[in-house]
Amino acid sequence: MAQAMGFYTDTTVCIGCKACEVACKEWNQLPARNGGVGTLSGNSYDNTLRLDGIHWRHVKFIEQFSADRQDARWLMMSDVCKHCVNAGCLEVCPTGAIIRTEFDTVVIQSDACNGCRDCIGACPFGVIGVNPVSGTAQKCTLCYDRMKVGLEPACAKACPTRSINFGPIADLKEMAKARVGQLHAAGEDRAHLYGADETMLGGLNSFYLLVDKPEAYGLPPDPRMPSRNLKPSAFWSTLGALALTIMGVFHFRERGARPGRPQGPGRPQGI
Amino acid sequence: MSSTFFTASPEWRWFIVAYFFLGGLAGGSYFLATLLTRFGSERDRPLARLGYLVAFPIVCVCGLVLTVDLGRPERFWHMLVQSQTFRPMLKTFSPMSSGAWVILLFSGCAFVTFAAALADWSTERGWSTPAFLRLGNVAAPLGRLVTGLGAILGLYLAGYTGVLISVTNRPIWADTTLLGLTFLISAASTSGALLILLGAWIGLSRDRLDRLERFDRSALILEAVVIVSLVASLGRIATVWLDGWGALLAAMVLGGIALPLLLDWRPTRNRPMWIAPALVLVGGLVLRMVIILSSGRL
Repeated sequence: MAQAMGFYTDTTVCIGCKACEVACKEWNQLPARNGGVGTLSGNSYDNTLRLDGIHWRHVKFIEQFSADRQDARWLMMSDVCKHCVNAGCLEVCPTGAIIRTEFDTVVIQSDACNGCRDCIGACPFGVIGVNPVSGTAQKCTLCYDRMKVGLEPACAKACPTRSINFGPIADLKEMAKARVGQLHAAGEDRAHLYGADETMLGGLNSFYLLVDKPEAYGLPPDPRMPSRNLKPSAFWSTLGALALTIMGVFHFRERGARPGRPQGPGRPQGI
Repeated sequence: MSSTFFTASPEWRWFIVAYFFLGGLAGGSYFLATLLTRFGSERDRPLARLGYLVAFPIVCVCGLVLTVDLGRPERFWHMLVQSQTFRPMLKTFSPMSSGAWVILLFSGCAFVTFAAALADWSTERGWSTPAFLRLGNVAAPLGRLVTGLGAILGLYLAGYTGVLISVTNRPIWADTTLLGLTFLISAASTSGALLILLGAWIGLSRDRLDRLERFDRSALILEAVVIVSLVASLGRIATVWLDGWGALLAAMVLGGIALPLLLDWRPTRNRPMWIAPALVLVGGLVLRMVIILSSGRL
């Protein structure tokens, strides 16, 4: 396998220009919502609102005010698929359309996907959606086509402040740790990395530097694999099946029948 | 706040509600028919045959509904065959993948027993033609062979849908591990109700339906216990049901479980027999509606 590649997004230098969103849309030929007719959400400068099948990059604008409204700050963050090392979407996909590439990224093959949408509910970050043009589930590919020919993803290329950094994961982690140290030294004690270590889904190949709790950015504090529920759910269901069988035998058995007794004329022989 | 609230909805709506309900009926009817055949008496034969006669058409509708719900319905076969290599596609740890295979295998079992039951029924009615006799000669022994496997697959079909939605990251669905159990027990109660309803419709006497009615009462009591456990297992997350969906769930427990039990407990000669089983069936549908649709808006 080639070197694991990914994104490190430093939210402290994001200026909310949305160049990443535009570059992503343009390179991946993603359709516009609502036929291109613009609608204002009323939610700060965020009119994209969410990641989905036609928005693979989403710049979030989080306005924070103190209780007396004397103090305020604006958090901006360019959100994208996390390309989890342990990916919930890949785990549940029943068609094998979702694959892990040689760059350790997660890609949905649109020609194999049949639009069952299981991956949408399985993704702990809510990044996948259906592209109405293809009728299939889609999300960021980390510009797999560009990476194959040695180019960096369109969003990272377009980012004017280097908020989005692309490269080998090991190098990005070094860069991110140094930046956290720099921020701490400057008095920004809230700076921390989200998803850079292996405790979160084996590590996120797209990780973030945040200056608030993950929830403030709309990120789950404790994302987990969907399969955590498989064994206990199967256990309770099996127990239920046994209970129903016992109940059925108890209610339907011929009174007085004994195991091993030859089948009498009273027992149903046909279907 | 639970991390499940940061996810996106797969937009599973009415087709999936219908599939979860019908899948439960198909699997549950087959399971009950098999128990009646294996452990019942000759007088249970018409009821068992009814179970086999309804299971196959219902599972056919299930397949149709699931296919229509896909974003690319013409690619439904990708669930079973890898589209690029044409090798079998099975992920045992993905409930949707294993469920697709179970639907296929169950449909096969249900078809064989459906054919056998049809031949048996036509012979009993004196409508037998040489074609039906031939069908019966082939299908009956095959049917007896596959009923055990079909019953197990039927139980799987009835319950895996709950496991499938638990194996996601969605609010409510992934916040409990009791949905598979809930759907399974509900499938048993609704299938029992369906067979009672159809049995009464074809004119089976009360004493022929009596044992199935007793089974259904037990299943309803178990279902009530499981639903209470389900709500308890959600803990604080259950507060999302302090709205219309919660009211609907409460109405389901009262109208789809408590009321039919009460009606069965105090039977009167004048009351039509179909009321209690019809309430159970509506309750089963409402239960799935609440669980599937209430998560979609979160």
